[in-house]
Amino acid sequence: MLASHQDLLRIAPELILCATGILIMLLDPFLAGGHHQETGAGRRVTDVLAVVGSAAALASTALLAWNRGTAFSGLLTADALSIFLHGIVCGVALLVALGSPAYLDREHLPHGEYFALVLFATAGMGVMASTEELVTGFIALEVSSISSYILAGYRRDNERSSEAAMKYFLLGSFATAFLLYGIALVYGASGTTLLPNIDSAASHTTLLAIGFALIFVGLGFKVAAAPFQLWTPDVYEGAPAPVTAMLSSAPKAAAFALLLRILVSVSEASHLWFWALWVSAVLSMFLGNLAAVVQTSVKRMLAYSSVAHAGYILVAFAARNQVGTAAVLFYLAAYALMKVGAFTTVAWLGGTGETYVELNDYEGLASARPIAAACLALFLLSLLGLPVTAGFLAKLYVFDAALHSHLVWLAVILAVNSVIAAYYYLRVIVAMYMRPARRPFTRERIPAGVAAVLAITAVGVIYLGLFPNQVMNLAIQAATMFSVSR
Amino acid sequence: MSSAHLLTLLTFLPAAGAMTLLLLRGDDHLWLRRLALTVSLAEFVISLFLIRGFDASASGYQFEEFRNWILQPPIHYHLGLDGISLFLVLLTTFLTVIAVGASWNSIQEKVKGFFISLLVLETGVIGVFVSLDLILFFVFWEVMLIPMYFLIGIWGHERRVYAAMKFVLYTMLGSILMLVGILWLFNATGTFDLPLIQSLLQTGRVTFSPRVELLLFGAFFLAFAIKVPLFPLHTWLPDAHTEAPTAGSIMLAGVLLKMGTYGLLRFCLPLFPAASRRLAPWVALLAIIGIIYGALVSLVQTDLKRLVAYSSVSHLGFVVLGLFALSSTSVAGALYQMLNHGVSTGALFLLVGMLYDRRHTHDIAEFGGLVIPMPVIASFFLFVSLSSLGLPMLNGFVGEFLILNGTFQHHARWAVFAAIGVILSSLYLLWAYQRTFYGEVTKEQNRALPDASARERSLLWAMAALILFMGVASPLFTGRSEASVERTLEDMSRPAKTGPVEARMPAPCRLCPPEQGGSRTMASDHWAPSAPGARLR
Repeated sequence: MLASHQDLLRIAPELILCATGILIMLLDPFLAGGHHQETGAGRRVTDVLAVVGSAAALASTALLAWNRGTAFSGLLTADALSIFLHGIVCGVALLVALGSPAYLDREHLPHGEYFALVLFATAGMGVMASTEELVTGFIALEVSSISSYILAGYRRDNERSSEAAMKYFLLGSFATAFLLYGIALVYGASGTTLLPNIDSAASHTTLLAIGFALIFVGLGFKVAAAPFQLWTPDVYEGAPAPVTAMLSSAPKAAAFALLLRILVSVSEASHLWFWALWVSAVLSMFLGNLAAVVQTSVKRMLAYSSVAHAGYILVAFAARNQVGTAAVLFYLAAYALMKVGAFTTVAWLGGTGETYVELNDYEGLASARPIAAACLALFLLSLLGLPVTAGFLAKLYVFDAALHSHLVWLAVILAVNSVIAAYYYLRVIVAMYMRPARRPFTRERIPAGVAAVLAITAVGVIYLGLFPNQVMNLAIQAATMFSVSR
Repeated sequence: MSSAHLLTLLTFLPAAGAMTLLLLRGDDHLWLRRLALTVSLAEFVISLFLIRGFDASASGYQFEEFRNWILQPPIHYHLGLDGISLFLVLLTTFLTVIAVGASWNSIQEKVKGFFISLLVLETGVIGVFVSLDLILFFVFWEVMLIPMYFLIGIWGHERRVYAAMKFVLYTMLGSILMLVGILWLFNATGTFDLPLIQSLLQTGRVTFSPRVELLLFGAFFLAFAIKVPLFPLHTWLPDAHTEAPTAGSIMLAGVLLKMGTYGLLRFCLPLFPAASRRLAPWVALLAIIGIIYGALVSLVQTDLKRLVAYSSVSHLGFVVLGLFALSSTSVAGALYQMLNHGVSTGALFLLVGMLYDRRHTHDIAEFGGLVIPMPVIASFFLFVSLSSLGLPMLNGFVGEFLILNGTFQHHARWAVFAAIGVILSSLYLLWAYQRTFYGEVTKEQNRALPDASARERSLLWAMAALILFMGVASPLFTGRSEASVERTLEDMSRPAKTGPVEARMPAPCRLCPPEQGGSRTMASDHWAPSAPGARLR
């Protein structure tokens, strides 16, 4: 069957991302000088291509909005949810494309492969965001995962980076095996892998239940929720910081999208998953926050904090109402902004070889690098959930969703965890603002790309904290499209 | 001056001033100070217009402003002022001027950041006092934490980081549970608007089961009790007050603690009257323990600043006792005592800060005989101490008298125990005064200490004048707050229980038509834009 032009319009962002990725790969050999080293000009060409490609993909989500509907016989759908998530995923790609060149230059890493992989990974996540079919979801997940595995080990001569890649690959393969097996069981029980049809076609409920339990394990791994979070700290710490910025935000959003679609379409999963979501949320919050408290490395601390944030998002999931769905989406948008901002700052402050990522290294930063310190403080306060930042409203919506479904205990646990989290976020601020510098700081200008990322994310965090109406409207539109089956 | 946006102006002028400070050069200390002083003075002068426009006979909110802010869930920018918050706003603007003056020479590092923090803090505190939307209130409540955190943590004394962290974590633990309570209220009533919630509760359109009301009361109470601080939640206070720079201590003791008692009066009592009445004896017990405990601990302090800090625990115990005695006299007294404590303790911290500027210690043993080198500071210290211990003619007396009188009418025993605190306060204050200022000059370096400079003198005169004025002209203050206090106590009455129509947690939105009320989809009940006429007034 040939794809109609409508079908193609509905995957416009993916097409653009893949095309740009392929173009970069094709150009890469020609841009290289001797010894497979890219020339300065060649690098700039790939940098610009990556930025233009991801920006175009971001812009082309508008095409999705104008051509809503299903594509490829119902495998994909362009609806409010997929548009919202495409915004996040492509936005993150754009921010990563802006923030990475300075890092790659500093670490003497090739640009071409890097950006091609970033774009391919993003394309995979984009498909995940819009798929309504499990096998397509699986393939999309693999496309994004395999690119991510390589990106995690991109600092080849760095032990930690290689370890991160290996760990991520092994555990990730294991988790995808769970996912695939689950999909097979679901297909066995219902004879279909199209999510909207499963409910009516299901004949064998036990098999279906086991299938969805396995799928939950697979996706739980991807969103770094406890008890499947073990890979997170090592991978986030070992991967190049700009890659961590991407890993901690975009794939999570994509995996949450799939989780959301399953939860919404399949009432069986929705029932079965409630306690799984509840327990996983509580575990993620406590494990993530308590482990983050004792970290000495800021990068690793932020890694654990993303486990905790996965827990917060799961609280909204467990609410299983439309408020919760909207809360999840708003949270993902806010979270992407603050995490990308924080990791980009960490990447830049780390210096060559990411030497300065320990808490001690941040002492006295406020006087030496006031702008970077102020931005990082803002992101941390937003992660902590203080008002006037996006993080506060995101948390407010999660609380609201939980209480709307009478999950009072979950709300109280979330509240307690926010206080635990305050301790380790504030510790970084203490180091930056209240301690004298221990190491000499060289005067450095913030590279233009990094400055752009910081400006966009910082303004975005405050803007979403003060004027959330437009984004919230989009989230609510996406949430009202389908009502959660109970 | 147009009064239409007076509260917005008051709330955001300091923040705008802080933004302007950001533009100045960081090493231009003189102009940073001048600009900060100008902004805070302008703010104070503008706040005086509130008195002129204030209608003392009206019990409701005045200078109201109402705008949509966040559509879903419906959070409004709703400001308003009544007799309860009027003088707390004035106290804030006044003490900020004093705080700026007190920091003139004692802050020499990161001057720009200091004054920015101070002004942002002022915005936060005023916002807390004038917000009538629960989420807006919460936003200001949390926003003010950050500048205070920096004030203590960057410009404080030796153990500043520990104190700052403790302060933030304590406050946050209480406030985040309050946020859960706020959202619970929202899920039961469908609005965050305080006057609207009050009228819904009062007309019996929304009711809570006793258990739910108790839980909600607890969620709010904990946040405020930590802030007050009520015994045994007070342990953050001595550290925060002692380690903060002088201006920080003035703002902490003067205004921030009042946010706790203000919250009790504004939210806990009128929203959850049954739970308040039920728990009043226990709260009063804690308050009395706090009064006596705070006083006893003050008595044994060797650190002058810590002594003043603990005296706050004792004084705020009086305020809480007055509030939970629930008579109009005692509540009026509690409200007045909030102002008194702000002025008197603010002045004490100012004086202690002046001693610190000269000797860089708070240790009482390091002083002694200071009346000889610095008679002016000594006499002001005595005057302020007398006001703090409640000498008639001065402000402290009026508040304590009203509280004890009002409490005695209903709960004589409470008043008897609380009165012990009055005696103890004379003891620790006068004893500390004696050890610090009287006797021989024990340390040689104290002999040559300079007396108050012109700047310090003007600050002290301002404080002393206010202390005397509030002591003799108290009706000017209580007269304006009377109507609002009466209204708050009236708000605590509820219509008779009409059977089992109690809204437990899964209450559908009470504002929606009944045919929609049952379903729980978002479109119909939860985030529906508030019904027309939802603002009842």
